[in-house]
Amino acid sequence: MASLDRTARAFLLTELVTGFMLTLKYMFKPKVTVNYPHEKGPLSPRFRGEHALRRYPNGEERCIACKLCEAICPAQAITIEAEPRDDGSRRTTRYDIDMTKCIYCGFCQEACPVDAIVEGPNFEFTTETREELMYDKQKLLANGDQWESLIAANLQRDAAYR
Amino acid sequence: MWADLYHFFTTYWLGQAIVILAECLLVTVPLLVAVAYMTYVDRKVWASIQLRRGPNVVGPFGLWQPFADGLKLLLKETIVPSSANQVLFLIAPMITFMTALIAWAVIPFGDGLVISDINVGILYLFAISSLGVYGIIVAGWASNSKYAFLGALRSAAQMVSYEVSIGFVLITVLLCVGSLNLTQVVIAQSGWFWNWFWLPLLPMFVIFFISALAETNRTPFDLPMSEAELVQGFQTEYSSMPFALFFLGEYANMILLSAMGSVLFLGGWMSPIPYPPFTWIPGLIWFCLKIALLLFVFSWTKGTLPRYRYDQLMRLGWKVFLPVSLGWVVITAAVLQLGGWVPKSF
Repeated sequence: MASLDRTARAFLLTELVTGFMLTLKYMFKPKVTVNYPHEKGPLSPRFRGEHALRRYPNGEERCIACKLCEAICPAQAITIEAEPRDDGSRRTTRYDIDMTKCIYCGFCQEACPVDAIVEGPNFEFTTETREELMYDKQKLLANGDQWESLIAANLQRDAAYR
Repeated sequence: MWADLYHFFTTYWLGQAIVILAECLLVTVPLLVAVAYMTYVDRKVWASIQLRRGPNVVGPFGLWQPFADGLKLLLKETIVPSSANQVLFLIAPMITFMTALIAWAVIPFGDGLVISDINVGILYLFAISSLGVYGIIVAGWASNSKYAFLGALRSAAQMVSYEVSIGFVLITVLLCVGSLNLTQVVIAQSGWFWNWFWLPLLPMFVIFFISALAETNRTPFDLPMSEAELVQGFQTEYSSMPFALFFLGEYANMILLSAMGSVLFLGGWMSPIPYPPFTWIPGLIWFCLKIALLLFVFSWTKGTLPRYRYDQLMRLGWKVFLPVSLGWVVITAAVLQLGGWVPKSF
């Protein structure tokens, strides 16, 4: 009897029909796709995206050239040169990040004692040439100026857990 | 004046050539547009089965996507591998494309709407669809690459196996109609939609559809081009326009087999309910709707089924479809003979 049942099922293609009905049902379910360029998924405040060098509200750059980030960087993507400024404070003369080397581990922002180098929420910074990914101090400071409000908000939201 | 023009187009060779050319364009151009939009429908159907959105950025609802894809392929460089046989390498996609197009000459789009109303239409279709395999074999051989060659071998074996069962399906239809003329086939199915051959010959319709999937190398029979193991099989070495020709040929073949399915089993241009207002809708539209329905099932299948293993594919072709379709030919013949329904033309 069992073999008869199996044969009947095989010839009536019951399994195929079940499968087809299932996919037909799925065809009318709501889509789960995030319509990416037009809508974006939520980001954690800890999201580690493009780097930025921040400034104090009075416009003074935060970085004091302690080189902790350069020291901790596992990919050795950061290069810093520093010397005293005219007013005697210690500042960087060069702050380069090779974004092609960077592994976005976030150690630099963990190491930074003054919250100067941070990884912001921006992940859409593709370029057409490799050279454009060699970020210098000017580019990083510009990033800081552009993303400051979001970065500050994220840091504040995350501060309670640190 | 009109009489002169009529005389020119019906008697002089130049006039007749113009008429034939116009007929070919009238069939080919909408066919190519249909092929372009078939790729779009395919992608939309698969996407919605997988809860995705599919192409929706280029133009409203992504409707310009096929043209963007076509333009991209046109602008790419045609790469001919240095070890390939150059002439055959470039001829192969043309063979595939041409065989997919010339078969349309005998398809009746409506009552009398057929380029060439020959009395062996089914035989012609069968012959042309068998020729299609040459394009693939030549492509696989000329590419001089192991993946392309394996893909071509698989494709040839598969197409030959499933053509056998398609042949028996055609014989059954022939038995019921008593003519190989496709227009006669459609006229023999006139009446309500349960008079169409899909219901009286339901097992053969299923076998025809599954064999059509195998003939066009579609899932679950897409072993010749399985991207995971053979990197697109016989298309591995193709790029740009030759690739586009293969692609167009493949989809045109799919539409052709859907058209064959509609003519043989779904009553061609007939309306499903033989009374107004349904009969006011032109037959061409009914025919296109039937083709669209079958094409949707093609996409639906690809979205549903996984790929067969090669031995399963061969087992299905030779050990299931061949005996079943052969048996059904005998049963049909017996029923027609005993019931006294043998067509008068025999």
